[in-house]
Formats: sequence, structure tokens, C-alpha cells
Amino acid sequence: MPTVVFHHPDTPPDVVEADAGTSLMRAAVQRGVRGIVGECGGQAMCATCHVYVHPEYLESLEPIGEDEDEMLEDTAAPRLDNSRLGCQVPLDDALPEIHVDVPQTQV
Amino acid sequence: MEQVVIIGAGHAGVQCAASLREGGFSGAITMVAEEEHLPYQRPPLSKDHLGEAPTPLPLRGETFYGDNAVELLSGLTATRIDRDRHEVLLSDGRALPYSALVLATGAQARWLPGVDENHPGVHQIRTLGDAEKLRAALAAAGRAVVVGAGFLGLEFAAVARKKGLDVTVLEGGPRVLGRSVSPEMSAHLATAHEATGIRLRLGEGLASIEFRDHEVEAVVGASGAVYPADLVLLAVGANPRDDLAREAGLEVADGILVDAHLRTSDPAILAIGDCARLSSPAEGSPGRLESVQNATDQARHAAELILGGVEPFGAVPWFWSYQGALRLQIAGVRGPEDATVTIGDVDAGKFSVLSFREGRLTCVESLNRPADHLAARRLLAGDRLPTPGDVAAPDFQLKKFAAGLTPVSD
Repeated sequence: MPTVVFHHPDTPPDVVEADAGTSLMRAAVQRGVRGIVGECGGQAMCATCHVYVHPEYLESLEPIGEDEDEMLEDTAAPRLDNSRLGCQVPLDDALPEIHVDVPQTQV
Repeated sequence: MEQVVIIGAGHAGVQCAASLREGGFSGAITMVAEEEHLPYQRPPLSKDHLGEAPTPLPLRGETFYGDNAVELLSGLTATRIDRDRHEVLLSDGRALPYSALVLATGAQARWLPGVDENHPGVHQIRTLGDAEKLRAALAAAGRAVVVGAGFLGLEFAAVARKKGLDVTVLEGGPRVLGRSVSPEMSAHLATAHEATGIRLRLGEGLASIEFRDHEVEAVVGASGAVYPADLVLLAVGANPRDDLAREAGLEVADGILVDAHLRTSDPAILAIGDCARLSSPAEGSPGRLESVQNATDQARHAAELILGGVEPFGAVPWFWSYQGALRLQIAGVRGPEDATVTIGDVDAGKFSVLSFREGRLTCVESLNRPADHLAARRLLAGDRLPTPGDVAAPDFQLKKFAAGLTPVSD
């Protein structure tokens, strides 16, 4: 069961035990992690599940797709080199743990 | 103490509660939710939910309601609004007092006269229960007939075809998505769906559904043609749920009428999302939209209004749909007579259709061109719009044009 640690700007992190096969966004929304909205339901349409992946985990992720790349141009918080959309980050047992920062704003 | 009551727990209702708290609202918030489930997202019901990801996606996690002091009353309906006493009466006999009431009642699937709504072989998609029933039926069916070639009907047709069913879509109008997209986009999508083996019958209505031994046997078209079927999906649009408002004496006309601030004819009552209709919409806009963006943007606006905001509601409408493998994104609303210009590579299935009314850009439909879509959303929110002349230039790109809007910092 992959563990996702969501780090917030001002409050203690949320540690979520996610089901393998789900996405980072779904894991967050199911557990009510603040700051992850997922307004479009995981279709890479709304850019409200933006996260900053801690650099040491970036290499383990699938590369950014074209749709995700375009949507990341339109996030509410600035896009950085480690920006991803949570809905496009699948979680599986190959990645037992991942840490991400939740941005200040999504809308 | 201020007390906000929100009727409906879809995208609009839940976003309104969230935005009230984010905006610092300290009064009581009560949401009345008809369904027992934790409020969930509806758009995946016709897409992922029928395929590999059947778990409902909640709009907010379970802890959201407690953490934000949002009282969620599930499995109850509002039966009456007592405007004189500022109270909502519930199906369990309770009366909820309000200082502001938000109607976010949504829309319900339209049925066709003469069709047995309770027949197990005849489906609609609106609720999680509908989608679960349909998913089970899909696993056992060989032939599906879809009535209506709108977004929902075509999304389902693509899913069913991918699962190997024999799929026929009947559409009463002359083209698919006739009320939603340009003739160019319609034609391209129709061809793409037919290429996967879906049969489209345009100009064909539903006459009746034939049953044998309580099983669906066939759909009979208005033309008299018979389409064998194990499963029928009715996807012929939705009606706003405005009965509660009408019975309370609020102004209603195919939706609850609201002013530019989203107030109904009673200033203590707002209406947002699928159920609301702007009484004076911008030129070319229908005034009532069924979309996630409209629901959430109106919800944010309603929250601001309750918190003392004075700006009228304004937001660029946008929509999306997965048509099988095709990703359709729409920004703005086109009129039926708008002129069109197509940019991009139509043969490769990556293009955008731009619509113009009297030379002014109204709408951009993008197929597998997310950059165009995002640029269009930014452009339509501003005043510097490309003209048909700009767009016709061989090297025109929406993204570059939109980037000209971005102030350059030094």
C-alpha cells in the first residue's frame, strides 16, 4: 500500500495510505486532504490537483504527458520544475512512498 | 446568527459550502442532500465509472464536513420553502430556519412519454445508482441502443463499443451534438464514432420500446425501423429541478430565474448551477448551463455575495467531454448562426474550430488541442480577441496570440 505524505504550507502533513492503482489526486480527495480539489474528477481538465513532488521521487514517476504539460501552464500557484497534476500520478506498489508539497492555492 | 441552508449536494452545493468557509463565514451551514452517499462527482459516471474505476469520487472527503462545521443532512428532501418564516421544511418534518437559502437542486434526466421508467432494461445516467445499474447491465448485454447523440449519449456509446457491444445511436436532429458544437466538429466526431463501429442514425426518433418476457427486445424508430437491443439508454437531455422554487412562488422559466448576482425573485434566496437561469444573459448565451465549471463558479459567486460581495456574476463558460479516445474541450458558447474558422490538423484529429459572431470570437472547440483550449479561456475572459483575419494567417497560433496579453515584467 503506497504511502503519500502531503506537506502543507502552515499545518502538519497529512499521511495517507493509498490503495494501489489509484491516483495521487483520488487518494487525497478520498481522505479529505486540504488543498487538493480535483474539480474535474481526474480528467486533467481543471488543474486543481497541482502538487510539487519532492525531487527525490520525480525520477520514479511516468513522464509528463502533453495534456498535463499544457494544463500545468495554467495552475493557480506557479509552475515549478517539480510540478505535477495529482490526477496524472498513478500510485502503485512499485513506489512505496512519495512526498509532495500542496500549493497555497488551486483556484 | 446567520444561517445558510443549501439544498442540493452536487458540485454547486458543496463548492458553495466550501467557499463560504474559505471566505471566513462564521454562521451555520446546513446542506440538504437527497442521496445517502457522501456527495460525489457526477461527470465520471458516464466515463470512468462504467469502465475501470468504479469507485465513486467524493466531492470532498468525509472529514471535510465535520472539519468545516457543515451539517450534512443525507437522505432527506426539501419539501417546501416557507418564505414568510424563512424556513425550509424537510421530508422528515423538520423545519430549518435560514437567513440565506441557496438552491442548488441540479437537473434531472428527461424521459420520453410512453416509456416505462422503471423497466430494468431502460436506463438513464444521473445518479450513482443509475450508473451502477447500467454497469451491471453492460456486462450482460450484447446490443445497446442509445437514444440521443448529446455528450452523455455519445460518451456512453463510446464506452459500450469499447466493451465490445453492438451500438446504435438514434438522434432526432440532423447531426450529433447539434445544440453544443459547430457543424464541422459534429461531422468530425460522427465520422470518428462510426469508424469504431458505432452506427449513427440521424433524423431518427424513438417510437417505442418492444419487450418480450420482461426483457428489452428492440427499439422501434420513428421511421418504423427496428433496432434489436438488450439495453436502452435514454440520453435526451435534462430538465432543471425548479419545482420547489415554483411552488414557493419564485419566478421560474425552464430554470429558476436569477438576476446578474444570482438572486432569485426573493433576495434572501439564491440559485446556482444546473437549476438556475440568468434572466438577462449576455448576448448569445442561453442563460442556463449544465457544466461543472458553471456550477462551481456560480457557487463561489454565491458565497461571495453572502459574504457581502457586490460584483455581478461573470465567468467564461467551459466544458469538456471524452468521446472515446478523443478529448473535446469547449470555451465560450456559440450561436447557431456563428461563422467558423478551423485551425490545426483536421486529418490528424488535432484541431480547433473558432466561432465568430459579427467578427467577434464567441467560442473555441478544441479536439486533442489542450493548448488552444487554455489560450481560448484566457482570451475570452479579456477584450483583446483575434479577428477572423488574424486567425486566417498561416502561422496563427492561439497560444501565441494569448501570450501577447501577458504583461511583460522587467
